[in-house]
Amino acid sequence: MKYSVKEMSLPISKQRFKHIWNGFLSDKLAVLSLVIFIFYCVVALAAPLIAPFDPYDPQFMDLENSEIPPYWISGDDRFLLGTDAQGRDLLSTILYGTRLSLSIGLLAVIIQAGLGIFIGLTAGYAGGKLDNFFMRCADIQLSFSTMMIAIVFLAIFQTLFGSDYYQQLAMLMLILVIGLAEWPLFARTIRASVLAEKQKEYVDAARIMGIGPMRIMFKHILPNTMSPLLVIFTIQIANAIVAEAALSFLGLGMPVSEPSLGSLISIGFSYVFSGAWWICIIPSATLILLILVMNLLGDWLRDHLNPKIYKD
Amino acid sequence: MALLDVSNLNVCFGLKSGLVKALYDVSFRLERGERIALVGESGAGKSILGFSIVNLISKPGFIESGSIKLDGKELTSLSNRQLRHVRGKRIAMIFQDPMMTLNPVISVGIQMVEAIRSHTPMSKKDAKKIALDRLAQVQIPSPELRFEQYPHELSGGMRQRVIIAVAMILNPDIIIADEPTTALDVTIQAEILELLKHMCEVCNVALILITHDLGVVSRIAERTMVMYAGRIVEEGPTLEIINDPQHPYTQGLLSALPQMALPGQRLNQIEGSMPSLMNHPKGCAFHPRCKYATEKCSNAQPNYIYSGISTVACYMVEDMLEEFSEYRDL
Repeated sequence: MKYSVKEMSLPISKQRFKHIWNGFLSDKLAVLSLVIFIFYCVVALAAPLIAPFDPYDPQFMDLENSEIPPYWISGDDRFLLGTDAQGRDLLSTILYGTRLSLSIGLLAVIIQAGLGIFIGLTAGYAGGKLDNFFMRCADIQLSFSTMMIAIVFLAIFQTLFGSDYYQQLAMLMLILVIGLAEWPLFARTIRASVLAEKQKEYVDAARIMGIGPMRIMFKHILPNTMSPLLVIFTIQIANAIVAEAALSFLGLGMPVSEPSLGSLISIGFSYVFSGAWWICIIPSATLILLILVMNLLGDWLRDHLNPKIYKD
Repeated sequence: MALLDVSNLNVCFGLKSGLVKALYDVSFRLERGERIALVGESGAGKSILGFSIVNLISKPGFIESGSIKLDGKELTSLSNRQLRHVRGKRIAMIFQDPMMTLNPVISVGIQMVEAIRSHTPMSKKDAKKIALDRLAQVQIPSPELRFEQYPHELSGGMRQRVIIAVAMILNPDIIIADEPTTALDVTIQAEILELLKHMCEVCNVALILITHDLGVVSRIAERTMVMYAGRIVEEGPTLEIINDPQHPYTQGLLSALPQMALPGQRLNQIEGSMPSLMNHPKGCAFHPRCKYATEKCSNAQPNYIYSGISTVACYMVEDMLEEFSEYRDL
């Protein structure tokens, strides 16, 4: 990598950023993925501004407009991507759905990461019995699949409190269930890194300087384990979105009145064979592209943040 | 009262196969502002002694008995929380490899600020001022720039300077330097040693220098302790020990220096190697390698005696002194 004189005179932190950025720009696929991902984020954030209709407003649910095919087939310029069985504009529904899916994914992973990082750090640094206890908990947690836990938990909740109440809390419940079910992944990864980092002299040096264990864990060791965490973070968001979609598809996720991408696919699925394929296919394509892009980004991060698998 | 008073320190490692002793009855005193050196082969227990002073021996190791007094206050009975106030603030440590000792992902400045703030509540701005001051004191050019940089952006010598600055940052009373120049090349070694000596003199800090380089010792330390297999075998003023070593082990170490051999001649060496901790020989631990060894040496551990030059634990020296006093009496 060559630097111009102008770049050399930049402050050091900016030089470093420039270096990573240049590496990133040379990878076309990564750039494309990032552009698409940012597009998704912007669209999701701005959904209320750019969506032509408000899909949550019953006023726009007009059965006369139901099952209109996309613009390029029907020529109806009110509904670019057509409408669903209730006469909702599919484009607006997808925009709002993406917004829901992304926020559920992100928040669930923040819970996973928070829990996993704390437990993993403590287990790895303290070692001994505490380590054993936490890791056996993680093993037990991992022996149940996320889906199973989510299905059982959500189904019980739904029968106990009724589905009306459930629908109000659906988003919160999904975030909690997906968030709590997958902490061991973070905990294990970070514990492995902590075990390696703990042996290094800088930890001894910090202890000899009289720095407390909490400070050493969070300020000295944690930053050194950031790169694997960042990779898992990206990939886990994709996984959480998929989990949410799967749960919604099974009818345990977001309610029909407030659909996420998964519930949209689920709604559309019953119309696939009756000719209204767009209700199912278009949200599916949206979801697939989002997941693909996030996985590609995660891969790129892994390749570039892990010095062990350099590929030049 | 001595600043640091270590007496009869015994350190053990609890392994599955049983207790393994690493330090045997180590006693020494250190005055304020004094510089002493610990020399010996690898595995003699020099580093363990250094770590046990701050009670940070790695896991299966523990202090079996003995006392370590800092300003008359016992350190071995302190809790971890109390010890934290001693570490860094009263006793600091410098390690061998400057690359490993600094945290690779945190900038130099933040590490220094972190060290200050973990002991004294202070605003980041004030801490930064102190850190910049210290960096300038260890003769780092343009400290503001270095403050922002990460360890990998500094050269080896520069890193060791930063580490000295970090060790000095809280004005400790004692610095334990564990082979501070081994990882550096020779030209920088001299500079760093000079700096270390200078800093200790300016701040009136006592220094315990752990090394196996006798050249380093003669340059810095006023007093030298020679360790062999977990025991101090000879202790005395550095120059006297180097000019007239009493213990056969010290003699061997000194004659093993490359400059002691003539050109074309084989280098001198002490035959054999240090016994492992597992099978510590009975009597004087050095007797299997000692050319003056007698039967007495293999039976009992000699006591410390003052030879007129240094304090030694050796039967040969003891016998010589006895003979000498007999002649004098005649």
